[in-house]
Amino acid sequence: MHREGDGSEGLDRFSLLVGASGRSAPRRSLRVGIGGPVGSGKTALVAALCRALGRDLSIVVVTNDIYTTEDADFLRAAGILSTERIAAVQTGCCPHTAVRDDIAANLEAVEALEAQHVPDLVLVESGGDNLTLTFSRGLVDCQLFVIDVSGGDKVPRKGGPGVTASDLLVVNKTDLAPLVGADLGVMARDAARMRGDRPVVFTDLRADPQAGPVTRWVRNRLGQPTDSMER
Amino acid sequence: MGTVADSRVTANLLLFADSRLPAGGHAHSGGVERAVAAGAVRDMPTLEGFLRGRLATAGAQSAAIAAYACRSANDDPAPAFTCWHLLDAEVSARMSSPAQRSASRAQGRALLRVLVACWPDSVPVGLGDRPHHAVALGVGVGLAGGSPYAAALVAASASVSSPASAALRLMGFNPVEVTALIADLAEDIDRCAEAATHASDTGGPELLPSPTGLMLDVLAEDHARSEVKLFAS
Repeated sequence: MHREGDGSEGLDRFSLLVGASGRSAPRRSLRVGIGGPVGSGKTALVAALCRALGRDLSIVVVTNDIYTTEDADFLRAAGILSTERIAAVQTGCCPHTAVRDDIAANLEAVEALEAQHVPDLVLVESGGDNLTLTFSRGLVDCQLFVIDVSGGDKVPRKGGPGVTASDLLVVNKTDLAPLVGADLGVMARDAARMRGDRPVVFTDLRADPQAGPVTRWVRNRLGQPTDSMER
Repeated sequence: MGTVADSRVTANLLLFADSRLPAGGHAHSGGVERAVAAGAVRDMPTLEGFLRGRLATAGAQSAAIAAYACRSANDDPAPAFTCWHLLDAEVSARMSSPAQRSASRAQGRALLRVLVACWPDSVPVGLGDRPHHAVALGVGVGLAGGSPYAAALVAASASVSSPASAALRLMGFNPVEVTALIADLAEDIDRCAEAATHASDTGGPELLPSPTGLMLDVLAEDHARSEVKLFAS
């Protein structure tokens, strides 16, 4: 009988219980969620991390954004990531739902890439939305939230789960601060007040295309030395 | 045709009728995204036409499959491994579009994650790890203590409520009007579920009905080939 890869060998219950948390088997990869509003620089940050870490780490990317061949070309053109290491998930117009309330499609995509490439690092990029995003701990081990300076220096004090509860807050496009009249000092102070001990880093991916502070944070989460690898 | 409706509805059963069930359904439009793109669904009357068509075809089919799977899940003694394989093959044979089969298995696997978490020791191993959605749904309703009719009802209802929700998100329809439209279809959904329950009581899966919706197959294949998609199907 012709079959379509439907698991005719029978159900492996344990494999379905493997999530990022809970009753999971030892897993080699670190799963990192990257969230943030539209245009804040999530995809550029993914590219920066792949550029900085791709030589000595195996990386795969799941994107929840509207994914076009243009997006794939962006990552491929710079030699950053080959197409088969990127998977796009359709979110049914609800990007939050797909990474928080109903993570089934993202888990499928992550697990398929993990099975194929045995990566060290899995980056899960959310669809761009607003400040209320948070990733399910069933999908990722840790999450970073990207905002940009051009959205105004009031964003950190507005709060929301992305700003207050993410494991790393990335304030991007610091080069635009003088142009939009944003005060980085105010952003740093407000972020510290909203986040307590959780770290905040400032980036300008034009001047630092390897996103040094974020790269160091990721290496740290991977348990790697963080002093010598960046250029 | 006698009545098959139950008086006994359990809280567990309601899990399967809840659109918040984390089984991937929110990202499937059941063909509506492509129908909207083609201009076939553009207002409430055209949405109603689409939903009636879907209920009579995909809805009737998945309702019968779900009812059959529910009955099998509650069979004593439990069905052999090969019975589940045979059912799986019969469901595949009723879906001529590869994109439809793929969407069905993606949703079936997502639902299976939920079933394994809720009833870790009771999910039949013979389902494999990528069952068709209607099969997983029927088994789930069975594990939740529901009857074949309940399984058919959940399947028939989802066959219209899920694309209706997708259309709402794509077109910005008034959510109250969309709900009223589904309420309008309720008697048809009940009848569909009742007919599917009887049709599923056949003895073998090869006798399950196959009310194919050709247009849904075409939409599914078109969708799979589209560059930009917001929904998985």
